[in-house]
Amino acid sequence: MIATVGSFVLFLGLVLSLYGAVISVLAGRRDRPDLLASARRTALVLVALTLLAAGLLIAALVNLDFSIRYVANNTSRGTPLYYRITGLWGALEGSIILWALWLTGYTALVAWRYRGAHRELMPTVLAVFFTACAFFFLVMTVPANPFARVWPVPADGRGLNVLLEDTYMFSHPPVLYLGFVGFTVPYAFAIASLVTGRLTPEWVIITRRWTVVAWYFLSLGNILGAWWSYHVLGWGGYWAWDPVENAAIMPWIMGTAFLHSVMIQERRGMLKVWNLALIILTFSLTLFGTFLTRSGVISSVHAFSQSSIGAYFLAFLGLVLVVSLSLLVWRSDQLRGHGELDAPVCRESAFLLNNVVLVGMCFAVFLGTIFPLLAELVRGVKVSVGAPFFNQVSIPLMAILLFLMGAGPLVAWRRATLDHLRRILLRPLGLAALVGVALYPVGRDYPAAVLIFALCAFVLASVIEEFWKGARARQRIMGEPLAVAVGSLTRRNRRRYGGLVVHVGVVLLVVGVAASSGFSREREVTLHQGEAVDVGRYHLLFQGLDAARESNHDRIWANVAVTNQGKPVGEMQPARKNYLANNQPISRAVMRSTLRDDLYVILTQADVDRTTGTHLATLKVLVRPLVIWMWIGGLVLTLGTVIAVWPDRRPSGVDEEAAA
Amino acid sequence: MKGRIKYVVAGAVVLGALGFLILGGFREAVVYFVTPSELSARGASVPGALRLGGMVQRGSVHWDPKTLALSFAVTDGKATIAVRHTGAPPDLFGEGRGAVVEGQYADGVFQAKQILAKHSEDYHPPAKDATAAQKQDLYKTLEQQKGTAR
Repeated sequence: MIATVGSFVLFLGLVLSLYGAVISVLAGRRDRPDLLASARRTALVLVALTLLAAGLLIAALVNLDFSIRYVANNTSRGTPLYYRITGLWGALEGSIILWALWLTGYTALVAWRYRGAHRELMPTVLAVFFTACAFFFLVMTVPANPFARVWPVPADGRGLNVLLEDTYMFSHPPVLYLGFVGFTVPYAFAIASLVTGRLTPEWVIITRRWTVVAWYFLSLGNILGAWWSYHVLGWGGYWAWDPVENAAIMPWIMGTAFLHSVMIQERRGMLKVWNLALIILTFSLTLFGTFLTRSGVISSVHAFSQSSIGAYFLAFLGLVLVVSLSLLVWRSDQLRGHGELDAPVCRESAFLLNNVVLVGMCFAVFLGTIFPLLAELVRGVKVSVGAPFFNQVSIPLMAILLFLMGAGPLVAWRRATLDHLRRILLRPLGLAALVGVALYPVGRDYPAAVLIFALCAFVLASVIEEFWKGARARQRIMGEPLAVAVGSLTRRNRRRYGGLVVHVGVVLLVVGVAASSGFSREREVTLHQGEAVDVGRYHLLFQGLDAARESNHDRIWANVAVTNQGKPVGEMQPARKNYLANNQPISRAVMRSTLRDDLYVILTQADVDRTTGTHLATLKVLVRPLVIWMWIGGLVLTLGTVIAVWPDRRPSGVDEEAAA
Repeated sequence: MKGRIKYVVAGAVVLGALGFLILGGFREAVVYFVTPSELSARGASVPGALRLGGMVQRGSVHWDPKTLALSFAVTDGKATIAVRHTGAPPDLFGEGRGAVVEGQYADGVFQAKQILAKHSEDYHPPAKDATAAQKQDLYKTLEQQKGTAR
């Protein structure tokens, strides 16, 4: 019953998306506001249909309707209620529903937010949205129907992948998808600008906040993915340059380039073609990731089930690229930028270099990700490209980006004199040099990390200097106390100061990554009951094993008493869980986070010595410095984004914002 | 015109640096995937980093908790390669199951730095009474494990 209704709902979604696309085009061609109003209502109906489909699938998951393949593959009688619900996005078909939900949501939001506004652009914008909706409904109707049946109906399901039975798993895919789908907004407006020939920066200005929000969700989604990997997968790391991770980071890198380069177009009218190309590529990369990871052409730890869905994504990706780039070429004569660089050193050139580095970085990640595919096609050999490649390429590029992050926002537009440069850069550079020299003895084995830390100090110093200078000026002129001055300064130019706060968040993230990759300590050792091991400043005493049966798994854990330089800090219980449904034991790492470092303990083996009867535990112990600052960086990034996109009360704020 | 040339030169320098970075990175980070038969056909020592994929032979696993020495044999039904590793066997590792190991092959022994386990929503260990055809299926999924994994 649910399966029939669900499939019908999705088919209806496909038909209505196509209707919406056609009617939007007609609304534009014949200038008929009534048709556009119908398109708006269609968008709302699509949201309702997708919600209904998601609700039906959740109902089937909760009621364990094993006649539906998706339910049989992703739940079992032992699966707790909470994870039956999050099973909605535990696997391919369900995650496409989630994607469609966000996409129809954005469609409706854009349609209603701009009703009556941008009359030339909106028909094309909505047509782009409805076409994307139609594609996702098509995918759900044919190759990845979440309501597909299975026969014979199994007595019990296979259960959710045990690694997905985790609270944080609840948040990572939805947030990431909000970011992916969010880039449809600037993309749709870019296409509308090309189609209608309204090649002013209008589309950039309309979509500015949308872009920031999409970029933010993509950032947060990646950070949450790292968090999940670190806290749940139990290998002590958070990023492995796996194809699935690369698929999520590539649109982020390209989106970051776009986010910065549009500012030059707003301000100077330059880089029109470049910006259009960047948003086309960013949007394409959000599709490419799904193609890459779902088609089975490249395997990954995430290893989603293979299906024919990859071919659909490839076809849609091809359509997007061909149509968008043709439009770009068609309009290229009218897209000549006015304005050239006035001097080699200025704000514009900092942005330009930032873009070149980011696009280069994205290209390198792309090449590293598809290299195994190329090698097999061209030379017939099977290879893989490991993390060392990505690290080696991205560390020097990151160093350049950090320098630009510190210098760029301070350098004057158009032309920067030597005197000006000295005035703004002297103190931050001095601090960076101090940090570098101070850290050198500690980090002698890893000079790249020392350089990165010095550059991070440079960025922080320049951000503080920027706030300080502005606040001091207000203090002098308006007589405001310093704290008030910082607040009003930020309020008067949210975008600029919010952006600087985002920079601080990124710096904290980089500090956490550099410190924990360069200066971790790791030991693996087997302990008898009563034996201890020292790692870094920690002393771990193994006291014995315990076991218990929990709802759907057996749990064995080691009791480990931890002291820090003689002071007891508590007991840790790294565990192994053996799931009854599939007899697949996995370890559950435990960690203790401080601002200084994380103590991460994994129980890799547990046994009883047969001759003496004492307990044996093989522990892998990691001490990773400053990891927590990555997550704090994520919070700061959130704060900065909120400051940047907070609505202005004064509608006349445009001029000031453009000055950012 | 002079400005143009400056930009072209700057662009060439940037692209050159990027190309250098990428090529240099590839030289060190590309790992070849081999099967036990391919490896044994290439002699007792093979230079460079390798990934070896196959089935962990039943009865071959020896694990000494005290020294953390792990040894086992990886087979594809035609050839068998001895593997040594220091560290506990990872989750999902077991006799009769698939494994991909990364490391170096010298003097007829594969010294594994890493044993890769696949986290798949579809992965289920074969039943004890799995048919030969089912095992073949499992082996096929392993061949596809050529990509990166941890």
